[in-house]
Amino acid sequence: MSGKKGAKTVETAVKLTPITESQKEFISRIEKEAGTSIHLCYQCGKCTAGCPAAFAMDYPPRKIIRLLQLGMVDTAINAESIWLCASCETCTARCPKGVNIASLMDAMRRAALKQGKITDKKIAAFNKGFLSGVKNFGRTYEAGLTLQYNLSTGQLFKDMALGLPMMNRGKVSIFPERIKGRDEVKKIFEKVQQLGGEE
Amino acid sequence: MKFAYYPGCSADSSGVEYGMSMVRTAEILGIELFELDDWNCCGATSAHSTDKMLSLALPARNLAIAEKQGMDMLAPCAACYSRHRNVEYVIEHDPDMKHRIEEIIDKKLEGSTQTVSILDVLANKIGPATIASKVTQPLTGMKAACYYGCLLVRPVEYTGYDDPEDPQTMDEVMKALGADVLDWSHKVECCGAAMVTSRPDVGNRMLYHVLQGAKESGAECIVTACPLCMLNLDMRQAAVEKEYHTKFNLPIYYVTELLAFACGDAPETVGINKHFVDAIPYLNEVKKRAAEAEAQARAQQDKKETVTEDPELLQKKINSMIKAFEKGPDKMAGRLLDDESRASVLAEIISNDEKKRNKLAELMVSDKDKAVKVADAFVTGELKKRNE
Repeated sequence: MSGKKGAKTVETAVKLTPITESQKEFISRIEKEAGTSIHLCYQCGKCTAGCPAAFAMDYPPRKIIRLLQLGMVDTAINAESIWLCASCETCTARCPKGVNIASLMDAMRRAALKQGKITDKKIAAFNKGFLSGVKNFGRTYEAGLTLQYNLSTGQLFKDMALGLPMMNRGKVSIFPERIKGRDEVKKIFEKVQQLGGEE
Repeated sequence: MKFAYYPGCSADSSGVEYGMSMVRTAEILGIELFELDDWNCCGATSAHSTDKMLSLALPARNLAIAEKQGMDMLAPCAACYSRHRNVEYVIEHDPDMKHRIEEIIDKKLEGSTQTVSILDVLANKIGPATIASKVTQPLTGMKAACYYGCLLVRPVEYTGYDDPEDPQTMDEVMKALGADVLDWSHKVECCGAAMVTSRPDVGNRMLYHVLQGAKESGAECIVTACPLCMLNLDMRQAAVEKEYHTKFNLPIYYVTELLAFACGDAPETVGINKHFVDAIPYLNEVKKRAAEAEAQARAQQDKKETVTEDPELLQKKINSMIKAFEKGPDKMAGRLLDDESRASVLAEIISNDEKKRNKLAELMVSDKDKAVKVADAFVTGELKKRNE
C-alpha cells in the first residue's frame, strides 16, 4: 500500500470511544435474548462466506458482530442487513466457535423494531400484516395478507398477474379460516404485549 | 402408526397439493392422521422477527393440544416443523422459560410429545424398503435434485441430522421410488423464503442460484418438502427466468406427490396439475423411460435364461437339430436363406460338411440371427472357392 493511501485509511478509520453503560447494557441484553456471546467470535468470516443474502448486505453477519464487539450499537441496529437475514441458519450451523449468529440477527431485528429503527419498511410491513391475520383469525390468511401488504407498501399491483392463476388452481381461500380458539390466540398476543413486546 | 396432523396454513391455499398428497401418502403407507384439534398458526418467521415470547407461545398452544391428544405431531411444512421443534427444545432446556410460556398460553406443557417432519417419518420411521414395496409405477430414469433448503435441516439441535451439509433422507426416499438422485451444489441453501415476496431484488437472486445449481448438476426436476420452497421455485420461476434471460423449465414436485404417483395415483389426484411450471409432461417422459428400461431388463433376463439353461437339455436340443439338418438339408437351408440359388448351395454344404452342419445346428438352437449370418458366410466362401 502506498503512503498516501495509508494516510487516507487513517482519515476514514473508525474513531473509537469508550463504550457507554447503555451500550454495554444493550449488548448484554441482546446476547441474553439470543442465547449466545459475541466475544466468542474471532472474525474468521465463515458466516459471511456462506450467507446466501450477503451479496445485498451493507454489514454482513461478521461485520454486525464486529460492530457490537466495538460497542457501535447504533450502526449495527440501523444496518439494513439485519432485515435481509433470511433466518436460514447456515451461519449458525457453520460457525467454528459456536456463535448463534442467526439468533443474534433475530434479536437485533426485534430490538430495532422496538426502537422504531426500521431500515427495511417492506419486510416489517410484511411481518405486521402476517401477524395481524394470525391475531384476528388464529391462522394466516394469505389473500388478506397480500392485499394488506400491497396497500401498506403502496405497491397496489404487485403480483397481480399471479392472482388469477392462483385462484384458477384453487390456491386462494376467498375467506379467512377462523379457529374456535380465536380468543385464546388473541389473549396470547395481548399478554405478550403487556410483557413489553411489540405486535 | 398414528400422528396428530398439523397441516399448517398453506395446506388449504398456496400449498394445496402438499395437503392433498400428504393425505394420500398417509393412506398408501397406512399412517393414521388425526388433525390437531383447533390448531393455530405457528407464527413462522414473522413472529420470531417480531417478539421472542410470541414466537414461543403460538406453537406452544398447539403442543399443549397435541399432548392432550396423546400423539406425536406430524408437521409437513418446514417452517411449522422448525417453530414447534424450537419450543420443544426450550421446554426441555429452559425450565424458567417453560413456566413463562405456560402462563401466557394458560395451559400446562409436559413435553410428552414430539413434532416430526415428513422426511423423518418416511426415511426413518417407515423406511425405504417398505416404501419400495408399495411402488407400482417406478420413477426409473427420473433425474432429481433433492432440495432440503433450510429449516428441515437446521438447526441440527432440532432436526437431529448427522450431516447438515449433505442430508440423505429425501435421497433415500427418492431412490426407493426408483429415481436417480444427483449430487448438487444448493441442496441445503436458502430459496429466499419470504424475501422473494417482500424484497424480490434480493430473493429472486437467491432463487436464481438454486435453480441454476440444479440445472448445472443435470437435474431435470427439483423435489421439495417445503411449501414456501415450492411456492418460490414453481410460481416465481417464470419471473426469475425473465429477469436473468434464461430458461430453466424445471418442474418442481413435493416428495409426497411423487410417492403417491409412484404408488399408482394419477397426477391429478394429488394436485400435480395445479403447478405453475407444467409438471405433467415430465412424469409422462419418466413413465416412458421406465417402460423402456423394464422392456430392456426383461429382454436381458430372457437371454440370460437361455444361456443358463441346463447343459444336458441344451445338448439334447442341439442333437435333434443336427438330425433335422441331416434328414432335410434342403428344408433347413430354405429356413436359413431366402435366396433360392444360395439356399441350394447351402444345402450342398450341409450335406457334405459335417463340421459346418454341426456348427449351424448349434447356432440354430442358441441364436438364430447368428446362424443366418454364418450360413450366408459359408455360401459366400463356397462360391468364392468354386470361382477360383
